[in-house]
Formats: sequence, C-alpha cells, structure tokens
Amino acid sequence: MSGQTDGPGWADDEAGPFVRPYAMTQGRTRPSEGEFDLIAVVVSTQPAASIRGDLPPEQAAILNLCQRPLSVAEVSAHLHLPLGTVRVLLGDLLGAGLILTSGPRPAAQPQRHHLLKAVINGLNAL
Amino acid sequence: MVSTLSEPAAGGGLLPSTVKILIAGGFGAGKTTYVGAVSEIEPLTTEERLTEVGVGIDDTSGVDAKTTTTVAMDFGRITITSDLVLYLFGTPGQDRFSYLWDELALGAIGAVVLADTRRLADCFPSVDYFERHGTPFIVAVNCFDGAPVYDAEEVRMALDLDPQVPLVLCDARNRKSAKQGLISLVQHVIASEEPAPVG
Repeated sequence: MSGQTDGPGWADDEAGPFVRPYAMTQGRTRPSEGEFDLIAVVVSTQPAASIRGDLPPEQAAILNLCQRPLSVAEVSAHLHLPLGTVRVLLGDLLGAGLILTSGPRPAAQPQRHHLLKAVINGLNAL
Repeated sequence: MVSTLSEPAAGGGLLPSTVKILIAGGFGAGKTTYVGAVSEIEPLTTEERLTEVGVGIDDTSGVDAKTTTTVAMDFGRITITSDLVLYLFGTPGQDRFSYLWDELALGAIGAVVLADTRRLADCFPSVDYFERHGTPFIVAVNCFDGAPVYDAEEVRMALDLDPQVPLVLCDARNRKSAKQGLISLVQHVIASEEPAPVG
C-alpha cells in the first residue's frame, strides 16, 4: 500500500443513489457488532408502530422490513443496499437492542442428518 | 455485549434455522432460471461491493489502480417448514472473486453445478473450486433446446468427474426437474456423510 490517501472514488464515473452507502455508514465498512452471514436471520424487536422517529431512515426501513424474520441477503435485496452497508446498519441496530439475529448454527452430526432429511422431505412436498 | 436475547421479537417466536445450496455454472448456464424455477419468491438480487487491487488481472497499465466492483448475486428461497428455510444462491460468474465464493460456500449444504453442453468448459472453474474446497456437489446437465445431446457418460468423462459425483440431466426452467436436482444433491450429501463401509 502506498502512503497516499486514495479517495473512495465516489464522485466519478457512475452516478449512484443520492445518499451514498458510504455516507449512511459514516465510512465504516465493518459492523460494530455481529457477523451477519448472508443467511443469518434478523427480526425487529420493535413493533412497526413504536419505531423511534429519530432513527436514520435506512435503520427505520430495516426495522419495518424485519417485522417478520428475514435473512441478511433479503434485507439487502429489498432495500437495494449493498451487503456491506446493510451489515454495518444491522450492527448498529443490534448494538442498540433493536433487532435480534441468529447466525447459521453449525449443527452436530445427528442433528445435521435430521436437518438434511427435513430438507429432502420439504423439497419432496413442494 | 448482546444482552437483548431475552427480549421478545416483534416477529414473535424463535428465529427459523436457515440453510443454503449454491447453484453454480458458467455464464448463461441457466443459474437464475434454475433458482426461479423452484423459489417461492421471484429471485432477488443482492450486491456486494468489492475493492480490488488489480488481483490476478494481466493488465500492467493499472497496477496501482484500486477499483470498486459491484458483484450481484441472485437468490431464491424455499420455506421447508415454519422453522427451516432453504436459500438458493446463484454464484456470480466472475470466478476471480474468490473471497465471495468462499463466503457463499461457507456452511453451504452443497452445490448444483449447471453444465451447458454447448460450452462445457464454462463449468470447469466451478467443478474445480468445489473439488478443491471439499464442498459436496452434483453436476446437472441443463438440456437446452438445440444443445448437442451427449449421454451422461460422455459429459462425465469430459469433466473428468469423480465416480462418486452424481450427474443428472435437467431442465432448469422446469420446477420439478430443478427440485429433483436439489434432492439429488442432498441425498448425495447424506450418502457421503454416512460412515464408509469397513473392508
């Protein structure tokens, strides 16, 4: 790495959304809390009616969306935000106690066998 | 410190478990079509922005160039039971984003590699990746209209597949066919995890 301070290059070729993902996260690229795997499930702890009005709009949008459990990938897709941005926002929400999350849990062998059988049964029933 | 776990979720109840299967193959092999054929939702797209520092690119003019590339991943969802959800992720075609492939493959049940017999070589990188990383996979030959018809053994030989790797014929547009491919994969994973017979 050279010592020069490369700009993030966000004002050149491609015009994107008006508020840059970079700005939504105050330049952070890693969540302050949590791992947020692609298929980790997120759910709001706040009923839609009691979401604080002073939250940044993107955070409020996540809480509205996650009234039922959704994966991190779905949150990113529905809000048209890059995964990295969503992870940072989710980290803040987790830190504030506004969401719950469960990562994919590596299952022990007997449990895993049971899980795979359940997937086959579920697919057969489609 | 996460001290919120005892608070009730607005969504109520426990969070569902999630599992994922990857749908891989070359560009135009029918990955998104396959996902769409079995998914209960219209395939969604999520984006990852990657900063590349000229990795593996034979372009000497841009040695110091740092570029941000957006990689899109299509995915679908199948609710297996109220507490188990299966996600299907189409792997991005750009095979040089190995970081992203690693993230996708981590914890995946396995992968369905779609092979297009008109461009069989396009699925080599996928097969190679999953073999090297020990990710269980099957090969599904997508039978396009007008594609040259090879029998399964010819494709198996051309791909130099391990005899244990299942090879199935499929139509990525057809729900039943795509579903059968997923079942074949999971059966293969179960079989490969059974203790090997002694002697």
